[in-house]
Amino acid sequence: MDTESTYSGYSYYSSHSKKSHRQGSLLFFRERTRERHKSPRNKDGRGSEKSVTIQPPTGEPLLGNDSTRTEEVQDDNWGETTTAITGTSEHSISQEDIARISKDMEDSVGLDCKRYLGLTVASFLGLLVFLTPIAFILLPPILWRDELEPCGTICEGLFISMAFKLLILLIGTWALFFRKRRADMPRVFVFRALLLVLIFLFVVSYWLFYGVRILDSRDRNYQGIVQYAVSLVDALLFIHYLAIVLLELRQLQPMFTLQVVRSTDGESRFYSLGHLSIQRAALVVLENYYKDFTIYNPNLLTASKFRAAKHMAGLKVYNVDGPSNNATGQSRAMIAAAARRRDSSHNELYYEEAEHERRVKKRKARLVVAVEEAFIHIQRLQAEEQQKAPGEVMDPREAAQAIFPSMARALQKYLRITRQQNYHSMESILQHLAFCITNGMTPKAFLERYLSAGPTLQYDKDRWLSTQWRLVSDEAVTNGLRDGIVFVLKCLDFSLVVNVKKIPFIILSEEFIDPKSHKFVLRLQSETSV
Amino acid sequence: MSYIPGQPVTAVQRVEIHKLRQGENLILGFSIGGGIDQDPSQNPFSEDKTDKGIYVTRVSEGGPAEIAGLQIGDKIMQVNGWDMTMVTHDQARKRLTKRSEEVVRLLVTRQSLQKAVQQSMLS
Repeated sequence: MDTESTYSGYSYYSSHSKKSHRQGSLLFFRERTRERHKSPRNKDGRGSEKSVTIQPPTGEPLLGNDSTRTEEVQDDNWGETTTAITGTSEHSISQEDIARISKDMEDSVGLDCKRYLGLTVASFLGLLVFLTPIAFILLPPILWRDELEPCGTICEGLFISMAFKLLILLIGTWALFFRKRRADMPRVFVFRALLLVLIFLFVVSYWLFYGVRILDSRDRNYQGIVQYAVSLVDALLFIHYLAIVLLELRQLQPMFTLQVVRSTDGESRFYSLGHLSIQRAALVVLENYYKDFTIYNPNLLTASKFRAAKHMAGLKVYNVDGPSNNATGQSRAMIAAAARRRDSSHNELYYEEAEHERRVKKRKARLVVAVEEAFIHIQRLQAEEQQKAPGEVMDPREAAQAIFPSMARALQKYLRITRQQNYHSMESILQHLAFCITNGMTPKAFLERYLSAGPTLQYDKDRWLSTQWRLVSDEAVTNGLRDGIVFVLKCLDFSLVVNVKKIPFIILSEEFIDPKSHKFVLRLQSETSV
Repeated sequence: MSYIPGQPVTAVQRVEIHKLRQGENLILGFSIGGGIDQDPSQNPFSEDKTDKGIYVTRVSEGGPAEIAGLQIGDKIMQVNGWDMTMVTHDQARKRLTKRSEEVVRLLVTRQSLQKAVQQSMLS
């Protein structure tokens, strides 16, 4: 429903000329007739619309015929005609969905090997590292048992300590590294790669030393060998500590504030981060985007383009001084003329917005009353009473379906006028209603979800329109954050512009005020007659 | 009133008020405001808003002060020789309402006087 708009007659021209076909062809015609009958606003306004005969547009639908056929079966007027449960839900495929589906298909194959390569390398290395100390202490007894000096309690003590250290290392590695990947990053994670290289070099150098000095020369001092193995495990624990500091602790202290602005409607938020690379900062921003920003609703954005287009339309440049192709001069002349032109589009905007506000408030009032009246009928049955009236007892879902028709029409009208109808299907509304009834919520709590747009996570995943992201940045994405960096996270329909600012250095000093020094006087201006 | 520290205030007037007996009390027929314990910034008559002197805020019609020529907005600097530029409000009141005195001689200054003197000095 991307070209559906409820502003004044301009919507007629633009949607007509765009030739876009959506399932809401029914919807589209209805909106138009409603806009034309502005003043006589009677309650049966929709009755007049029902008499219009609609032909679906003859242009070819983009996605083949099956979806349109299912659409004609479903009546979008579920608010008025539903008394029984039909279980339909809205499917609307628009142009964006097409692009998204094709893009999904081409992105899902081929790139997973990169993900799994890193995983296999890391796990192989981990296994090698874990088995090395065990190998160090097991190889001498296997290879030259008779020549080894016996080593009593000291060695056993060292064995115990090594066993426990290995156990601690295992648990620590499991806790730190074996977590489910939460994202796919464009470039390699520098610190992790550095650590893997470090561990690899470390283990290789230990093996080298072991191979040359101990295996070749068949050293007899078993205690020394065991101590060598224990020193390896100690060093591994220290590397683990280094890993914790580099990967987890360093970014905790906040150093930068990121301002994230959505390009379509200017909604912005601020987040505090520590030292991170640009790609990790982008990841944090995206994770917070889904819970902080209201859902992207393309229906709310169409009006300003029409206004701007109308402002510049109707200006033509004629060249009377002979053939000269001064393009910049022409465009400047047009801009100047358009700026000087006295049009009343601001006036129209003001009155349109006031009228829209009024209508929204009216529908909201009707909706609130309808929902409150509907909720009165539902009563929670106490446990003792459950045996008394077995015939009418309903579970939450049935109770929701019972009271839904009385508020359905008002709710649908309200969603239409706030252009949210794509984001709430009948099924989702029924589910939410059952949820509210189960948990004993008031009508206001039930309505809150529909009265104001919520964050993206609240809605169904196919309505999100924002799951694949691209990071656009001037600098390499593995560079650290710095003051003044700007990078852009692009999605199919909109983008998030992120501006990095440094948190200023704060100079805090102390001032002592003696509690006894709080003294006051009255200042008067009295007049005495003498 | 255009007070320059170290220079004597020259535009002054001496006013002699004969107190009127009204029952038990001797009244002078005017009201005072100001004092070192008061807020000088609320004084509407002073030129310098840090001046904590005693000012005449009201002169009752037909009273002894009006007859003697005291005007509203005057700053009282001396009463019978006693200084009134550095007194509290209550001390000022007491000095003016001594039962033993029937006549008080005030030394006052006002802005119009000051301007007149300046003009005459210039011309």
